[in-house]
This record gives sequence, structure tokens and C-alpha cells, in this order.
Amino acid sequence: MRAATSLLRERILPVLVVVAAILVVWHVFVVVMNAPFERDQAARAGMSPSFAEIVPRTFSQTRPVLPAPHQIAAELWDTTVNKAITSKRSLIYHASVTLSAALAGFVIGSLLGIGLAIALIHSRVLDSSLMPWVIASQTVPIIAIAPMVIVVLNAVGITGLLPKAMISAYLSFFPVAVGAVTGLRSADRLLLDMMRTYSASKAQIFWKVRWPSSLPYVFASLKIAVAAALVGAIVGELPTGAVAGLGARLLSGSYYGQTVQIWSALVMAAVVGAGLVALVGLVQSVVLRRMEGR
Amino acid sequence: MNASTFSVIRARKLSLVYHTADGPVHALSDVDLDVKKGDFVSFIGPSGCGKTTFLRVIADLEQHTSGEITVNGTTPENARKDRSYGYVFQAAALLPWRTIEANIAVPLEIMGYPESKRKQRIEQALAMVDLQGFGRKYPWQLSGGMQQRASIARALAFDADLLLMDEPFGALDEIVRDRLNEQLLQLWERTGKTICFVTHSIPEAVYLSTHIVVMSPRPGRVVDVITSPLPRDRPLDIRETPEFLEIARRVRAGLVAGHAQGADA
Repeated sequence: MRAATSLLRERILPVLVVVAAILVVWHVFVVVMNAPFERDQAARAGMSPSFAEIVPRTFSQTRPVLPAPHQIAAELWDTTVNKAITSKRSLIYHASVTLSAALAGFVIGSLLGIGLAIALIHSRVLDSSLMPWVIASQTVPIIAIAPMVIVVLNAVGITGLLPKAMISAYLSFFPVAVGAVTGLRSADRLLLDMMRTYSASKAQIFWKVRWPSSLPYVFASLKIAVAAALVGAIVGELPTGAVAGLGARLLSGSYYGQTVQIWSALVMAAVVGAGLVALVGLVQSVVLRRMEGR
Repeated sequence: MNASTFSVIRARKLSLVYHTADGPVHALSDVDLDVKKGDFVSFIGPSGCGKTTFLRVIADLEQHTSGEITVNGTTPENARKDRSYGYVFQAAALLPWRTIEANIAVPLEIMGYPESKRKQRIEQALAMVDLQGFGRKYPWQLSGGMQQRASIARALAFDADLLLMDEPFGALDEIVRDRLNEQLLQLWERTGKTICFVTHSIPEAVYLSTHIVVMSPRPGRVVDVITSPLPRDRPLDIRETPEFLEIARRVRAGLVAGHAQGADA
């Protein structure tokens, strides 16, 4: 009972307060941003409605500058619950297209990042020759790289999920590489000395000391990477005029001024992203707890 | 040369100089020392006297800059590669993600002991440090003293005749320390290992050792080597006998003299 009250007070209540504050600010902006259009319409019809008359109309435009939360909620409900998952109009279908590319890219990028980290910590030469390129790779805007990757891969006959996954991998390998390098170097000096007294091989030192020591760092970076992978997949859908995926929804929404559609795709992306991060976090806490027998 | 005179460790004019931004630091300077098979040698001195450095040079964790040293008649590097010593650190240095028995298994796995032999060795080692029944626990479930005993068990699990111990009981309270000292002596008696033991406690050094090496800092050197006349069989209350107090006095005198010289230099 006590635990429940403290959970309510310390965890749930603050979140609700923030959500409420955001909703209030949002509604204010809905009125402010959508009112000019209503006034314009009324002026053309030769009318001059009062402020009180305009406010309700700003909440129910078909193409508002800023949709009201309930419009987004209605659109989300309509495109998830009311549409078959296989339908091209189902947001779940589009989310799953993006999600599969993001996950494939996340796996590729994470493996690449960890592999790179292992190479870097074992070779000074690689560390000094490769690391600048790794960092440089992340200073290039992804939005500039994405079309080139898609076009080049398209030219060699690779289409569909893989080009998008490559962009996801490109974004997610960097945090994993940095996290894994830090983690693999975080191994306790004393433990490394101890391994040396046993004349342990590099592989033995890696598997028995370095790798387990690095896991807290690796998991922290995997959380960042999985969110980055989702962004990568969405960005990968933008320049190609993809017909499916959350990116495609954003794109078609902006072509036709369907702001409600854009916002609901954004909300969907946020929910999927939060879900992915939470999932990695869950795996993290289970693995790290079990490792130490707690 | 028979077994009783064989020098397990032999150092001649051994020196180690670190080059730092503030100029060279003489961690060890012209150390001459012989440790015979079966000896229990304590290294005592204030911090910075090079006692830990000397132990690390023996273990090939640190390289000397001049002079000579042999371990088991060969270089420290070869001795390390032959796995001829077990090293106990100041902290227990247990892998937190492994149980106690899995921790003790680490050197055995690395040295390629077969599974069945590993089990038997782990049981033996746990028995030697009085930790039977704790093999399945994780390090965090054990007290500091038990963790340190587990780390000693790990150093005992494989066949090394030389045990290097770097202030293994430094972080423990006096009562636990007394008990572990007593157990360590019994263990030494039973196994006949050669032990090099770094400490900054005079009673601990006198109680445990056959030889006490008194060291002084800046530069790290040996001031005195005291051969203990105490019998091998030592109950804890031997620490109140006149012989014990006399050796302790001599160790203290050596420390004071070394300190004075160090201050003059």
C-alpha cells in the first residue's frame, strides 16, 4: 500500500503534471496558430466572428497548421485500430516497415561497432588511424548521405529493406563503438594485472575480464543506438519517395498538407522509439543482474 | 646446491628508476637479496619504500632498469610464463560476475586444467582457507575478510611453489587480520611454499616471517635483513614474549634509521 502511494507520488504524479502542462501549452498554440486561417475565411465571407466563436473552430480544422491533440488521437485510433494491419492506410503496417529496417540496421551497426571497438583496443595503429575516420563519419549530415546510399545501392540492384538498414547501421554503429571502446578499457587495472600473472592470452583476457567489464557501457550505448537506428530508417525513407514506412507517411503528409497525418506518424515514431529503448533497458537490467547473481 | 640453499629469488644491485615529469624517481636502488626455498619473507617499510614495486618486479608486472634478478633460477618473465608464482593483491580482485568457485577456476581454466581436476582443486583450495560451502556465493555476498581468503584460495589452487602477497590483509580489521595471519602460518607450514609478504605492520611482519626485510624510501633500498629466531610453530600469544618484542624493536630501529637516512639524502 505504502509502496503504491510512493510510486504514485514519486513516479506517476510528476509525469502527469508535465503531460498536463504540455497539453495546456499545446492548446494555447493551437488557437494562436490556427486562428489566422479562421479569421481569413470569415473575412472572405464578410463576417467578423468574436474570439469565442473562433476558438472552437481552431480545434476542428481539416488541415490545421497545428493539429489539436484530440485530432491526432482520433487519427491514431483510426489508422491503428480501425484499419487492417495489411492495409496501406494502417499506421501499424507503416511502423512495422520502418521497425524492421531499424532493427536490421541496429543489429548490423551494433555488431560493427563492437567489432570495431575490439580492433581498436587491441591495436594502437588502428586506434590512431581509424578513429579519426569514425568520428568524421558522424560529422557528415545523415540527410546528405542517405540519398547517395539509396541511389548507389539501387544501382547495384539492392533495394527494399537493406538500403534503409544500412543508414540505420551507419547511425547506430558510432555510439556502440565509442561505448564499447570505453567499456573494454574500463576493466579494473588489478584484474588485468592478475590475468598477466597467469600469463593469460589476449583472447582469455578478453572473454574473462574485458568483455564482462564492458557490458554496462555497451548496454548504455545500445540504448542510444537503437533510437538512432529508428531515426536512420525514417530518414532513409524520405529521399526515395518510399511508399511504405513512417518516413513515407511523413513525406506524403507534407505533400498534401495533411498535418494530422504527419503528427500521428511522429507520435507513432516516438512510441516505437521509446518502446525500443525500454526493451534494451529491460534486457540490460536482466543481464547485468543475473551476471552478479542478484 | 641442495634444496635448502636454493635461492628462489636472487636480486643483485637491483634498481628501478621511473622517469616522471618531475625528474627520475628511484623506486628501488641497489637491492641485494636472497630468498631461499621455504622461507617466509616479509618486506616492511613506509609507503614509497619500494616494497610493492619489488614484489611487482619479481612478478614481472614491472621491469627493473638495472641490476639482476632471477626467480626460480630464471628471468621474472620466464618465471611468470612458467606460472611459477601465485599473486595475492591488496584488494581481493575477484570477478564480480563469477561465483567464488568460478573465480578460483579462472587460473585453472587459463592453465588448461581439465574439468574434473578443476573441481578437485577448487575444493582443496576452499578447504585450505576455510571457505567450504561458500563456493556458490558471489563475491558481494561475502565479507571483506572472506573475499580476501577467496583470493588467497585462487592463488593456491594451481601448483606454484612461490606465493607473492602484497599487503593482503591491509584493509581488514585487527581481529580478522589476526585470524588470517594464524591461518596463513598454518598454511605455509602445511604446504612448504615460499612466501614473500609485503606489509606495513611490524607485529604482522615479526609474527609471520622467518626473515624480515626492512626497507626505506627515497631511494627505495634495503636497510636491514633480520633472521627471526622464533620457532616455526607460533601461537598468537608468542607476540607477548621477550624474543618477539626484541625483534619488533630491531625492526622499528631499522625503520627509524632508514627514515633518518632518507631524510638526510
